[in-house]
Amino acid sequence: MQYIKNGKISADTWVHAGVDDELPATGGVIVPLARWAAARDMLLARKAPLGVRLTSSESPEKIRADLGRFDLVALEFPIFRDGRAYSYARLLREQYGFKGELRAVGNVLYDQFLFMHRCGFDAYEVQKDADAGRFARALSEFTVRYQPDADGSPSAIQLRHQPQRNVKNAGSRP
Amino acid sequence: MYRYDEFDHNFVMERVAQFRDQVVRRLNGELSEEEFRPLRLMNGLYLQLHAYMLRVAIPYGVLSSRQLRKLADIATKYDRGYAHFTTRQNLQYNWPKLEDMPDILEELASVEMHALQTSGNCIRNITADQYAGVASDEIEDPRICGEILRQWSSLHPEFSFLPRKFKIAITGSPRDRAAIKLHDIGIVMVKNQAGEVGCEFWVGGGQGRTPVIAKCINAFVPKRDMLSYAEAILRVYNMHGRRDNIYKARIKILVNEIGIEEFTRQTHEQWEHIRNGALDVPAEEIARITAYFAPPAYETLQADPDGFVKKRESDPAFAAWLRSNVAAHKIPGYAIVNISLKPIGGIPGDAADVQMHAVADLAERFSFDELRVTHEQNLTFADVKQCDLYALWTLLGEKGLATPNIGLVSDIIACPGLDYCALANARSIPVAQRISERFADLQRQHDIGDLKIKISGCINACGHHHVGHIGILGVDKKGTEFYQITLGGSADENASIGEILGAAFSYDEVVDAVEKVVDTYVKIRSSRDENFLATVRRTGIAPFKDALYAVH
Repeated sequence: MQYIKNGKISADTWVHAGVDDELPATGGVIVPLARWAAARDMLLARKAPLGVRLTSSESPEKIRADLGRFDLVALEFPIFRDGRAYSYARLLREQYGFKGELRAVGNVLYDQFLFMHRCGFDAYEVQKDADAGRFARALSEFTVRYQPDADGSPSAIQLRHQPQRNVKNAGSRP
Repeated sequence: MYRYDEFDHNFVMERVAQFRDQVVRRLNGELSEEEFRPLRLMNGLYLQLHAYMLRVAIPYGVLSSRQLRKLADIATKYDRGYAHFTTRQNLQYNWPKLEDMPDILEELASVEMHALQTSGNCIRNITADQYAGVASDEIEDPRICGEILRQWSSLHPEFSFLPRKFKIAITGSPRDRAAIKLHDIGIVMVKNQAGEVGCEFWVGGGQGRTPVIAKCINAFVPKRDMLSYAEAILRVYNMHGRRDNIYKARIKILVNEIGIEEFTRQTHEQWEHIRNGALDVPAEEIARITAYFAPPAYETLQADPDGFVKKRESDPAFAAWLRSNVAAHKIPGYAIVNISLKPIGGIPGDAADVQMHAVADLAERFSFDELRVTHEQNLTFADVKQCDLYALWTLLGEKGLATPNIGLVSDIIACPGLDYCALANARSIPVAQRISERFADLQRQHDIGDLKIKISGCINACGHHHVGHIGILGVDKKGTEFYQITLGGSADENASIGEILGAAFSYDEVVDAVEKVVDTYVKIRSSRDENFLATVRRTGIAPFKDALYAVH
């Protein structure tokens, strides 16, 4: 599995720790929501980067009050067809103001990259290695976007009527 | 009609390139069929019983002559010389090859068309009233909001993997010809007390296994807020719609399970976050789109010109066609012409390539180069001069396109059924053909009057049987086709779901049963002015049940 952060294949410094897994002595861990609920004080006492992992049936509403505690939120895509986490990503970025790493995990494939990116994900655990190498290509498949993106990139409607936005935002587009 | 600008052109070309790459990856094995499936579905490509089927989007059912010619040419070159118009105003090819698909999409793109989102669990092609722009009671042309929604729904990053498919229909008239109450979202263009035009939103309608009439969620949404409002509804649905059972995954089930009040509360909570933001539709954009739907250059004409009236009085066959197929137009001296794709004994909605070319030529000559596809699987010329009607009728007749049966007993909606569809339990098309043949006598059809028969080959209800005045549902009983009959359904502004009459009939019996229902109606109607639906609503189904099942 390859890890992509900010558009580049990178070394993943985080460790996933399930409900019963032993925590590493140091370094960032990503724990399921249940573990956070059961052992929050212990996790905070580690004084290390902390991430939480939500299944597709766990709304980020459940961590809204604690969001400041997390450096990372991982959202699961259990199957290609399950698109709940696209909405969760938008809630986290656009309504809850989450600025940390938003990571797509699970069935993460080439043909979802652009959708995920546009909803606010900035990190991906990519299932097939070949897909990871083509990440930049996936993001460039469409220059025209009919909807505004989570990162504030304008929609076609906005560009039609405010062409100066195109120049201003050109650099922020991948 | 709407024309692509540089954004739209680039978008469809980028889509063609993307799909070409997906097909290559499928053919070289990089993508499994399971991984390819949602990708091809998003592009209107189904695997049917015998072959792939490609469904082409016709946004709100509007086509130029040039586009129809291209559709005909694709039928000739890549298919078997015909195509099928669907109940969602789209067009289907039943025999294309996977490896030809990118080329077909490129040909479509050359006339500003695509196959995007005609299947799959995404926002589907948006449908509208076929009389858009020409109905006398219209508040506003529904294609304006239809086009704005079409663009917004195209490859929406958040809503491309919904729990289930999502259908939107719009009407600009209080008289509903677009069945908006049977859609996931239905929109009616309305005027508020200040005289501003906006959208009345209905939500949670649908057919399938569980037919539900939509509920009004907001009586007036300003046009500038239309996208943020739709986005709020879709977000609630995407997060909370059921994903454990595909038969319970449509928005209608969510709305019923949590109740319309709670659904409205959640929608409005989302809406508060996103309205007055990046999804606002600026007035300049509404004006830009509206300009494309400006009325054509109508001439000042006399209503009911002498030559036309004389022909109507002297030629009974022409008069019969006028009565059933021609509707009133808002401009004096013009008429709306419906072209029946339901010849007696034919396959509902099918059109041969030569017929499509003929229709394209006639639309160019008689109706400002434009036509519409109706959800009842017919075609409409919206702007024909009354003084041209006789010539048009004559030319349509030469191509077998002047059957005077719009809205009558042989104007049947039928799904493809077991002849094509992998899901079907029973044949639909031959049942439609046999009913049509049984009532071949057009005099008899006109005497019976308005009557909508709708046939589905399985419970998924693609043939809209729930809302047929007479609905026919094919079921499988131990390997044998049977047909259940419902009465009293309707898809218009007074929408209703049909009531089941009784035990199902065999394939051999079903046409006799339908005829008996129709004969019973003719016998018990209070006058010739009381149409079939009105009679059923007055008497209930008892007299029909009695006629069909009682032992006399």
